[in-house]
Amino acid sequence: MSDNSAHDYWRANIRIVLWLLSVWFLVSFGAGILFVDALDTIRIGGFKLGFWFAQQGSIFVFVILIFVYIHLMDKLDDKFNRDSRGENKGHDGGSSE
Amino acid sequence: MTVQIWTYIFVFLTFGLYIGIAVWSRAGSTNEFYVAGGGVPPLANGMATAADWMSAASFISMAGLISFLGRDGTFYLMGWTGGYVLLALLLAPYLRKFGKFTVPDFIGDRYYSRTARLIAVFCAIVISFVYVCGQMQGAGIVFSRFLEVDITVGVLIGMTIVFFYAVLGGMKGITYTQVAQYCVLIFAFMVPAIFISILMTGIPIPQLGFGAELTDAFGGGYLLDRLDGMSTELGFAVYTEGQRSTQDVFFITAALMFGTAGLPHVIIRFFTVPNVRAARHSAGYALVFIAILYTTAPAVAAFARTNLINTVDNLEYASVPEWFTTWETTNLISFNDKNGDGRIQYVGDPETNELNVNRDIMVLANPEIAGLPNWVVALVAAGGLAAALSTAAGLLLVISTAVSHDMLKRSFMPGISEKQELLYARIAIFVAVLIAGYFGINPPAYVAQVVAFAFGLAAASFFPAIVLGIFQKRMNKEGAIAGMIAGFVFTAGYIVYFRFINPAADNAENWLFGISPEGIGTVGTLINLAVALTVVRFTPEPPLEVQEIVEDIRLPELT
Repeated sequence: MSDNSAHDYWRANIRIVLWLLSVWFLVSFGAGILFVDALDTIRIGGFKLGFWFAQQGSIFVFVILIFVYIHLMDKLDDKFNRDSRGENKGHDGGSSE
Repeated sequence: MTVQIWTYIFVFLTFGLYIGIAVWSRAGSTNEFYVAGGGVPPLANGMATAADWMSAASFISMAGLISFLGRDGTFYLMGWTGGYVLLALLLAPYLRKFGKFTVPDFIGDRYYSRTARLIAVFCAIVISFVYVCGQMQGAGIVFSRFLEVDITVGVLIGMTIVFFYAVLGGMKGITYTQVAQYCVLIFAFMVPAIFISILMTGIPIPQLGFGAELTDAFGGGYLLDRLDGMSTELGFAVYTEGQRSTQDVFFITAALMFGTAGLPHVIIRFFTVPNVRAARHSAGYALVFIAILYTTAPAVAAFARTNLINTVDNLEYASVPEWFTTWETTNLISFNDKNGDGRIQYVGDPETNELNVNRDIMVLANPEIAGLPNWVVALVAAGGLAAALSTAAGLLLVISTAVSHDMLKRSFMPGISEKQELLYARIAIFVAVLIAGYFGINPPAYVAQVVAFAFGLAAASFFPAIVLGIFQKRMNKEGAIAGMIAGFVFTAGYIVYFRFINPAADNAENWLFGISPEGIGTVGTLINLAVALTVVRFTPEPPLEVQEIVEDIRLPELT
């Protein structure tokens, strides 16, 4: 049974990582490099949008991504802990290191 | 008070602080020496990681490089921050769960092989040495300019200080010194940036001043438009447009990101926190602390460039400001009156351009160029030293642990006691400091360029091996070893060929797919992955207990 919750945990983890990495790729390699010239036609204040993504915007998004990850994973860990405790009653107890 | 007196005050105060911390945090066991006892709070580790990470290159050279590269400078900004997303999502939590001391520890245990461990030791030592030379050189530049001592003497002073707290305290000393060094360096970077932003745009937040209008004293108009206009007028490339090919920028950015995530001195910082959750949190804090500097740097780059052009263009040489003359003595700025009119022509055309400006002075001299108070100018020196020394210490620790722990204790001399291991670790740091100092005094190239190579090598060797080790349960020693060797040899060969054997051929026409040596690490990463994934199909799968390790590191600790 414990294998089951471990398996679910890992799959949920992979899903979170893949989603966040797609955003990571889109803002940096997408907006900052591949589509930078197209985005430069849009202006916000003194910034051309592509240039802003390349030199500042992507970094702000990176920070947000890690904090979203922290939040989602903390929740996932808590769920995993609850599940394993439930399943491990009378089981070997899953050493808590 | 003069700049020099202020500099002495700041340097003495900060060095005193570092030495005080070193004495307070002496390491008594290998656990303390290697991972600071594993009890560093996430916030403190975030600061330490930021200081560990932000090197002389980030502090002294990066804004200057961007200043001259314009939009192309983006690869430094995105590459050196985007790697943290990879680190936080793909490496840090799992490596913390694995819970040993070093990166070769992970490679050696995960790939159940002494060969793999020794290859990792070799890669860690080469990467860290390449990187540490840049730090020593950076420290030398700061000393020679601000304290007006010889570069050699400057490097020697830097070596002594690092030696003192790294040898005494190991990771424990380094961690708490780095927390202090982060505070010093971020203060030193932000104060002049805020001053200049207020001066030029009236906005105290440099990140916003970057996109704002200049004050009337600077001629009004948006800063970036103005900079583009001046650049065009003088025949320089347009600042907000790219010169390099898209694929080159793409590959350099990727190489710096993969490299960031694969640098052993950054990875081991995550071994020092208490658990997996703390490892994730400290990766978040680390990137916040880093982003403060990294989002300010492009603003500083644009301010500094505008200011430099405004100040020197068509200026009569006889009436140059004082900072110009002082920096001339260090040869970081030089004037050659080609047309003999006694004025400085600073233009894009190398035939008629009369002014040579070293990139490094864009940050170091920026406060002076903007006419900021002396104490602000002096602050930059303390910040540059904090950046250089904090990174150097982290790198030296990697070299030392690779030798004492992975090479001696885990490979060739398993019988040594903990006390002996600790002694060997200290001897190894001592020798490493000497070698780094030598290369600091006889440096191979620009600070940031040298460092860029370390990233290519880390990207091509460690990053794929670690990621596969976590995410591919069936990855075996044959695949990982073949991948690391292929990636490292290819990347090192490409860089050595174009930079040392045949530098005349180092241009876009001869590059593979138009990818410069800075970006070739990405190809190295791909080669590593391809080789590893191919070899694993024809070789036996890893033993059961290793597969269990992989299962185990994927799950969080039960609480």
